[in-house]
Amino acid sequence: MVDALVQEARSLGEVLLIALVLGAGLPALFALGVRALARGSETELAAGGVTVRAPAARPLGRVVAVVCFAVVVVVVLLGIAVIVAGGFGMAVSFEQGTPSLVAEP
Amino acid sequence: MTVTVVLVLVIAIALAFDFTNGFHDTANAVATSIATGALTPKSAVLLAGILNLVGAFLSVQVALTVTNAVVRIQGPDGSPVPELVGDGGQALLIIVLAGLSGAILWNLVTWLLGLPSSSTHALFGGLIGATIVGLGFSGVNWAGDGAGLGGVVGTVILPAVLSPLVAGLVAAVGTWLVFRIMLGVAARFTADGLRWGQIGSASLVSLAHGTNDAQKTMGVITLALIASGRWSDTESVPFWVKAACAFAIALGTYLGGWRIIRTLGKGLVEITPPQGLAAQSASAAVILVSSHVGLALSTTQVTTGAVLGSGLGWPGAKVRWGVFGRMVVAWVVTLPAAALVAAGLWWLGELLGGGLPAALAISSVLAVGSALIYGRSRRKPVHADNVDEPWPSAPTPVPTTDRVGV
Repeated sequence: MVDALVQEARSLGEVLLIALVLGAGLPALFALGVRALARGSETELAAGGVTVRAPAARPLGRVVAVVCFAVVVVVVLLGIAVIVAGGFGMAVSFEQGTPSLVAEP
Repeated sequence: MTVTVVLVLVIAIALAFDFTNGFHDTANAVATSIATGALTPKSAVLLAGILNLVGAFLSVQVALTVTNAVVRIQGPDGSPVPELVGDGGQALLIIVLAGLSGAILWNLVTWLLGLPSSSTHALFGGLIGATIVGLGFSGVNWAGDGAGLGGVVGTVILPAVLSPLVAGLVAAVGTWLVFRIMLGVAARFTADGLRWGQIGSASLVSLAHGTNDAQKTMGVITLALIASGRWSDTESVPFWVKAACAFAIALGTYLGGWRIIRTLGKGLVEITPPQGLAAQSASAAVILVSSHVGLALSTTQVTTGAVLGSGLGWPGAKVRWGVFGRMVVAWVVTLPAAALVAAGLWWLGELLGGGLPAALAISSVLAVGSALIYGRSRRKPVHADNVDEPWPSAPTPVPTTDRVGV
């Protein structure tokens, strides 16, 4: 019983940590992408409710935006892979560094 | 012959439960997207319904041992316990029938009140109630089989306490970050970005729901088939069972539990797009990660916790604590209430001597009860066109000293 509780607490800690990275980190990254995109193509910038003209578009912003969105999309696709694999009795293993399909333990 | 009629009733009522499971949980996936206007109500439920259907078909893995989590009416391999199949499986079928009926009635009551309660808790509660009166207290799997924390404590009580906390924290942090990062960015960029972010995360929640929840009904129906000698393979679920369950949950999802969608999207928190994105991402992440490590959290409680967390994550956000209080009461009461109803129904059947008369009586009570609840709901209907109307009472601002994630 005590062992089980300890294990439960450990898996809960694991869930909390990973969920924080994915559940809060991904939307934050997504928001960063949106912000970068805005900077990249910006002709106007809203600051404190006042809209002012920005000097010029910043190409770097677009690059950063693309990278942010790409990471988000890849992680979401991985999430779908986990669901689908689970349905077929498989699991996505991250033990080799790159995700791979293994039989569910 | 009588066993066949009882079996048909069990299957019909199991599909009815699956249907209520669908419309009860639509809110989990789409309430925030509807409230923020990321999706129109109709397109939101269509998206969720389709993804639930896809998800249900994707769940190939056998869910045959689903009842083992809380009761002892099956062996570890999924076959029914021998004592219950002596009379052609009727004893087991009546327990399952009473359990499912209790779960449906409680799902309908909470739907009438617009409260997002866990359909899994209702199902487990119903099974526990029917098992206690049918087999005694020892028929319930209270604390698991010793390997890990299982049973009622490990699969129901602990996750119920933990899910909203974990999801709420993640959503609060996410909300704060998204607000922070998007501060000062022109609305024409944020509006589109947040819209797609919300649609994506809502889709993930729907897909995960289909794979997790439809399986439970598939397991229950297959158990009934095995108990009555119509199926013997404990490794797989008949295809027609899978298809029927997939369509039942998808249809339920598509019809939409508008009352619950309204509570979750408008009632608890006046949600804004950044909060919607954060809440939905937090829900998706917590559900997927927890099922990946084998910690079964309730979708409903995860989502509600996430919406609440998004309401606490930013100083301007407001939470209606009265609504939250009602939800917590519903969470606590769901399992015992479904258990009580199921126990009462089983007793009614026992008075009639079990078998076919019992099955007919339980089904009739269920039908009449459901009709009454539905009739009551028509007095003040909530549908796609009024789901977004302003909530009657004003929310309480979150005190600045009491916010999470800041």
